[in-house]
Amino acid sequence: MKITRRQMLVLLPAAAIAWEHVLAGTPEASPNYTMSEHWWSMLIDIPKCIGCGNCVRACQEENEVPDGFFRTWVERYHVSDEDMTNPVVISPNGGKDGFPPVAKEDAGKYFFVPKLCNHCVDSPCTQVCPVGATFVTPDGVVLVDQKYCLGCAYCVQACPYGCRYIHPQKEVADKCTLCYHRITKGLTTACCEACPTGARQLVDLKNPNDPIHEFLKTHAVQILKPQMATGAKVFYNELDGSVR
Amino acid sequence: MSFFKDAGHLFRFVGIFVLLFIIFLVARGYVVPKSFGQYGHYRGAAMGEIAAHPLHFAGHQACETCHVDVQDVKKNGKHAHVNCEACHGPLAKHADDPASMTPTKPDTATLCVRCHAASAARPKNFPQVQAEEHSTGLPCETCHQPHSPAMTAGGAK
Repeated sequence: MKITRRQMLVLLPAAAIAWEHVLAGTPEASPNYTMSEHWWSMLIDIPKCIGCGNCVRACQEENEVPDGFFRTWVERYHVSDEDMTNPVVISPNGGKDGFPPVAKEDAGKYFFVPKLCNHCVDSPCTQVCPVGATFVTPDGVVLVDQKYCLGCAYCVQACPYGCRYIHPQKEVADKCTLCYHRITKGLTTACCEACPTGARQLVDLKNPNDPIHEFLKTHAVQILKPQMATGAKVFYNELDGSVR
Repeated sequence: MSFFKDAGHLFRFVGIFVLLFIIFLVARGYVVPKSFGQYGHYRGAAMGEIAAHPLHFAGHQACETCHVDVQDVKKNGKHAHVNCEACHGPLAKHADDPASMTPTKPDTATLCVRCHAASAARPKNFPQVQAEEHSTGLPCETCHQPHSPAMTAGGAK
């Protein structure tokens, strides 16, 4: 087949338009979802957490998190009466397999603290990324573009909560996505779905009917490391002062 | 006119710069993805890609469309607010095509103690048992119906 100069002139722009579509990437996966209508976060109700590890297992299964790495994990605090400022914190395998029994003679108080990415508004991790591979979405979720990430681990160091890791196989930064693939479809996150006591609840601050608004008014709610001014938005109800 | 005559080499120089700048712009147009900068200093299409990840947990709404009988047992019991997949595990495959995968029944001997084994770290008002003393090795479901675990007159219901 012979292509004339005239045909070539017509074909070139067509090819250019097709190539632009390739560059633009895959279209939005959730057509009925409007980003500007949501502002996602999470509520952790400490008095309800029983340390069963369901959230850790669910997260690893839902997001195919490699063994030994955690997008969410559960810590057990032991605060003794003599030394309130130096709690003993354990999290064996992220709390996935449960916790060792509490010795009868150990005085003081015990409680569980589930942790995950705080999806900060002024997140230190997104500020240090040299290539624009991690960002806060218009609906308030901190995500990693794993096609763009170089794996330099600046963000891993920058996160004051230790919520990021370098994926051992993909060699890029990985972290909690707040189950972005679920919440954009109207589902709750895997950890909230699996939590048997409702200690974790997905929150949409832009939804006026979300029970979080009433909860925040009537409870003593804190965020982790407020002195870091990260704008963390994972809310902890009845958080003990020894937690950091 | 002598100025322009002598400045010929400057025009060639500027010409080279303009050419290189055009090459740079064309190369940049190809290398930078189209959606970069759509919402900020990142690739906007990345959000769509992350949102397209496959589901593993179907969500309790999906379970309840078929398993109405279980829902009826659960709704008045202590486990009314425990989602199906909290115990049964991720079952999106089963929800998509029930014939393709049949969930295995969880073993109550290992399942129940995850939450109900006595521990001083657990909230005081949460029901907890010393498994060995409580059941003397019998499976929990001998006495308790897991979907509505309260003991009733006449044993498990």
